[in-house]
Amino acid sequence: MSDIVFTGITKRFGDPMTGFLALDRIDLRVEEKEFVAVVGPSGCGKTTLMRMAAGLDFPSTGTVTVGGKEVERPGPDRSVVFQQFALLPWKTVRQNIGFGLMCKGTPRKEMDAAIAHYVELMGLQGHEESFPHMLSGGMQQRVAIARAYVMQPDVLLMDEPFGALDAQTRIIMQEELVRLARKNPRTVLFITHGVEEAVYLADRVVVMGKKPGRLLEIMDIKSHRMAENWENMPIEEVMDLPTFVHLRSHVWKLLKSKDAGGAGDH
Amino acid sequence: MTKNKNFLGPSGTVVPPGQFWLLSTIGVIILFGVWTAVALSGVMPRHFLPTPLDVLQQLHQLIVSPFAGFLYHEHMAASIKRFLMGWAIAVGVGIPLGLLMGWYRLLDEIVTPLFDAIRFVAPLAWVPLAALWFGTGIGGPLLIIFVGSFAPCLISAYRGARLVEKRFVEAGQTLGANSAQIMRHVLIPGAFPSIIAGLRVSAGLGWQSLVGSELIVVGAGLGYLMVQGQGNLSTTTVMAGMLGIGFVGFLIDVALRAAEAAVKKRWGMAS
Repeated sequence: MSDIVFTGITKRFGDPMTGFLALDRIDLRVEEKEFVAVVGPSGCGKTTLMRMAAGLDFPSTGTVTVGGKEVERPGPDRSVVFQQFALLPWKTVRQNIGFGLMCKGTPRKEMDAAIAHYVELMGLQGHEESFPHMLSGGMQQRVAIARAYVMQPDVLLMDEPFGALDAQTRIIMQEELVRLARKNPRTVLFITHGVEEAVYLADRVVVMGKKPGRLLEIMDIKSHRMAENWENMPIEEVMDLPTFVHLRSHVWKLLKSKDAGGAGDH
Repeated sequence: MTKNKNFLGPSGTVVPPGQFWLLSTIGVIILFGVWTAVALSGVMPRHFLPTPLDVLQQLHQLIVSPFAGFLYHEHMAASIKRFLMGWAIAVGVGIPLGLLMGWYRLLDEIVTPLFDAIRFVAPLAWVPLAALWFGTGIGGPLLIIFVGSFAPCLISAYRGARLVEKRFVEAGQTLGANSAQIMRHVLIPGAFPSIIAGLRVSAGLGWQSLVGSELIVVGAGLGYLMVQGQGNLSTTTVMAGMLGIGFVGFLIDVALRAAEAAVKKRWGMAS
């Protein structure tokens, strides 16, 4: 079991009674091996939500459980892909990808094989000994994803992982992620403010509003995707489908509504 | 300054490296020229203001025949050994303690007030206490060098650890690193630029505390040589000692810079 369950989450910063209310009564369940994307304006608390599942932040009230166990601290069963990659600048690509395995004490041979596998999968051959600053943003992000995947985590938490990439690289990375996610499904909580990205990648899209941060609507995407077989189409064709366009505009309307609290500001 | 490949002139123009070396050399020539001229002019007795050449001659004399029991380079070696021991203790205690203070809030709050109170007592002010405690044993000089070089070690490691970006620590934690692994693979390399700067400052200060420490040493050392030179009214001996202190200090900095470059290369920080 590796579902993520948020129950009655509120988060206040500062004073526990009167401080800024970042999240207000959030109930959300990400099923095992489900890909859930959360979209919302800046400041709606979507990143905080992910950080709670990671064990890097904690709710003021309510509980977060992963696989039935309350989250108390970060751990390698829940890999995180950070917005700014957070690759260790003083370690090579190989050392960065292998870092989690090294911490676990994985035997050398096994570790090398696992690293080689993900280096190939992410198209990083020939860059194993490079340092992160020598790579482009897209390559760095691939290293960050490989670093998360190599741990074979039950749960993958991604915080705007493609936000820092240019449009072209982003599309390539989205397609790669879809390929990886479908081939080897995991429980994924994907935070983004890219509406198209959310609709394209996710089984369900959670739309959030701000002031206070709360859930506006949870949309089912998977049934549409399965019915129209999006997975066997190039991304640009999927994004032209009437269903896709309709779902996308629906998210946009929600985000622009008064309810979202952040009209036009995302 | 010597590391600066180019610097801005008054009108904002960049001085090329070749010119930089030329200007440095001119500076040195002017200094020694003025010194020699004043010494030869006789405004001060030659005995109290010898010429640079007199100092070099005395230096040569000190190298070939023992003064205060030892040859010049033996005094120098004794000082270097003493310095390295005291400095090693300061580095060995200061860096880990600073890193831990940067990592554990509680330790920070316990140590910082004590540290802030003690660090304003100048190394020289420890001399009487060191003499009382250790007499003329090795402990006294070590204590003074330690006191002189400890603070920058601790502060640089502490600041370095505090300035390591939180996302690197969090990345490590989410990948399952324990505290020791975070320390070794995240905090130390992340704090490294600050630590190496602190090491250079602390080595400088430790080496400067040396003369103070050697005031209470009977035996050998550059400071001891100078104190004995002063006792004999030998200005040239005192100046020869100062020359040696400056020279060794310069070498220490060069060595630390080389170490910095080597580690930076290994950790991919080469600029």
